[in-house]
Amino acid sequence: MSESFYRENAKKAIADDKLQAAINLIQDRFGTGLLNLWKEKPEMDELRNRVKAAKDKNLKNLDILLAKLADSVEARGGHVFFAETAEEARLYTIELAKRRHVKMVVKGKSMLSAEIKIDQALADAGIEHWETDLGEYLVQLDKDIPSHIIAPAVHMNREHIGDLLAKRIGTPLSYDPPALTLAARKALRRKFLKADMGITGCNIAVAETGQVSLVSNEGNIRMTGTMPPIHVALMGMERVVANMQEHKDMLQLLTLGAAMQKISTYVSFNGGPVAEGCPDGPQEFHLIIIDNGRSKILADETFSEILSCIRCGACLNVCPVYGKIGGHSYNRATYSGPIGAVIEPLFNGINAQADLCKGETLCGACLKVCPVKNNIPRMLLALREKLAYGDEKWDVEQQNPLEELAFRGVGEAMVSPRLWHTGEKVVRSIMKKKPHQNDMVTAMSGPGRAWTDDRDLPPIAEKSFARLWKEKLQNRPLPAEKKEDNSGKDEGEEK
Amino acid sequence: MSAGSSGTFNNSFLFNPMAKRKVSLFIQCLVDSMFPHVGEAMVTVFDRLGIPLEYPPGQTCCGQPSFNAGYQKEARKAALHFIELFEDSEDIVCPSGSCVSMVRHDYPELFKDSPKMQERARAVGKRCYEFSEYLVDQLGVSDCGATFRRKVTYHDSCHLYRNLGIDRQPRVLLNNVKELELIEMKDSTQCCGFGGTFSINYPEISTALVDEKIKNILASGADVVCGCDMSCLMNIKGRLSRLGETVEVVHIAEILAGSEK
Ligand code: SF4
Repeated sequence: MSESFYRENAKKAIADDKLQAAINLIQDRFGTGLLNLWKEKPEMDELRNRVKAAKDKNLKNLDILLAKLADSVEARGGHVFFAETAEEARLYTIELAKRRHVKMVVKGKSMLSAEIKIDQALADAGIEHWETDLGEYLVQLDKDIPSHIIAPAVHMNREHIGDLLAKRIGTPLSYDPPALTLAARKALRRKFLKADMGITGCNIAVAETGQVSLVSNEGNIRMTGTMPPIHVALMGMERVVANMQEHKDMLQLLTLGAAMQKISTYVSFNGGPVAEGCPDGPQEFHLIIIDNGRSKILADETFSEILSCIRCGACLNVCPVYGKIGGHSYNRATYSGPIGAVIEPLFNGINAQADLCKGETLCGACLKVCPVKNNIPRMLLALREKLAYGDEKWDVEQQNPLEELAFRGVGEAMVSPRLWHTGEKVVRSIMKKKPHQNDMVTAMSGPGRAWTDDRDLPPIAEKSFARLWKEKLQNRPLPAEKKEDNSGKDEGEEK
Repeated sequence: MSAGSSGTFNNSFLFNPMAKRKVSLFIQCLVDSMFPHVGEAMVTVFDRLGIPLEYPPGQTCCGQPSFNAGYQKEARKAALHFIELFEDSEDIVCPSGSCVSMVRHDYPELFKDSPKMQERARAVGKRCYEFSEYLVDQLGVSDCGATFRRKVTYHDSCHLYRNLGIDRQPRVLLNNVKELELIEMKDSTQCCGFGGTFSINYPEISTALVDEKIKNILASGADVVCGCDMSCLMNIKGRLSRLGETVEVVHIAEILAGSEK
């Protein structure tokens, strides 16, 4: 098998000790931490179920809810634009920027902005743009992409960051985190003052009130949404909730899921542009509600559950595979980890993202930790099924007809014990001829080689359990009879 | 009745009407072909407890490897074969958590388009138990009368722990083995990296994960690692062997069957 991009990058990440240490840290702290929290506070289960149920209900009434949201935002003097595709969202933003002669944009951290590739569009239009979340800013300076939904620069260590800031913005070389943060902060403040437009994402939008909530720990998002004269909020169409009660519940799960916080340092309620009696805020507010493949997911009940995702990143923090390969190995997709493994194939093609569908162990840790209990393993299996046989609805080509043939053969044997045991015999005799050490097979060929490259393989036993049962076990003396021959020892199996 | 002579039992199972039930052994394919001694160990334990056993012939594989690789049609066929084989069994007991999880949770899902089949799948699933779970929760056994003079650490297999919620039962059993010292390793519930075809398709990731597991096993200071699922244990054993480590890998049934070591 030729090695895929996924595997190649995975290998590099595994060999990168510094990356491993950084991911370990965040997984130990947030991933294990959250799993323990769910265990220690079973009463949280009610909240989790409540949010999931609200999400379910809202997804079923999405059209009505979004119409209501649009009305509420407009009633507050904001503008609403429904973008069916990423391109429509980009065009709307760029045209608005051109109309208003925008020269510089500041951005609040938003995965959706990466999903719709707004940066490239801004650059192509000659508009300077700056990330203002510290991690995103570092990633931008490094001309890289985020490697974690919540901690975009988790792959960078302080030495890398010190060198990067010295090189790119001319700060005195330092590896001291507070000094580095201060240097970045200074540089960013100047950008806030100069910016003509702020672009943010949207964590939660409330249909009833027409307000958009944004969560941050650095306060940069608040400034992005209020200092420049124009605020554009990009919103995935599934982010809407009906009312403030739902908002409260979801916010709590989001900050817990993201960083084990009861509440984040900042929660900004963006209620539209300045108005009489409301002197704070931008001159103009635009909410772009983006579909970009979400309707299609919503229409398929196998996958619609994934739209309940609140993008907290907790599943990344417990995933053993993410823990080893890091965020960049997922074909450098916008979303990585378990959530990325489901949503990226649905967004960008199941064939193209086959490694994301198949590259997990199905250990189930993501399901356990997910605040809204998204059943990611189930959806990964459904994606694999499409790769196994092909699928018209999702335009999937069968990935490996030979593999199907093999599984069909094994499938036949599974329903025919005779065939099954013949197969066993064949494998036994093949394995017998392979090199052994300490009763273990050390080198196989064919697909088995992938195993024996790094591991030994126990041989097929001389007699299967089925045979042992038939030959001796079914007629074994029972304990009552055994008592008489005074046997304190058990038979056979002990070493 | 003193079943066997290697220990006294503080078990109430003898007064438990459930003990009258007959156990049908569901031997995971991997145990059947590669680790039959694990099946034999189960037989020893049940014999000692006086539980009547049968082994429905014609068992192959529960279909999990196909299922996890996306080959649901093949998995469905295997499921049907299994259901037909075990439909008349009273209690079905298996030495593998992931196989039980497959039967209990995934079979009904596989037949979600056919209510009748789904009902049959559910009925069989309800009677299907993992070995340690069956001993502790169904028979009320905590002491199997075993002795094992070693330091043991326990690996929580993913499907056993997360899909079936079994973590207390094996520990209860191990803690009641005479002279056994149970030492918990760090992150015992972390995946060992096996994942069926995953280990063949993505060997480098799989190896990185099993190495992490092995690091924690070695750090625990135990000289035996034990678990309730041979697939994970085969992965751990295979890597330990390649690394030349001497830590022994055993299924919990082997420990529980042991009288002296
Ligand atoms: S799938 Fe669940 S855990 Fe993962 S990012 Fe979404 S809400 Fe968080």
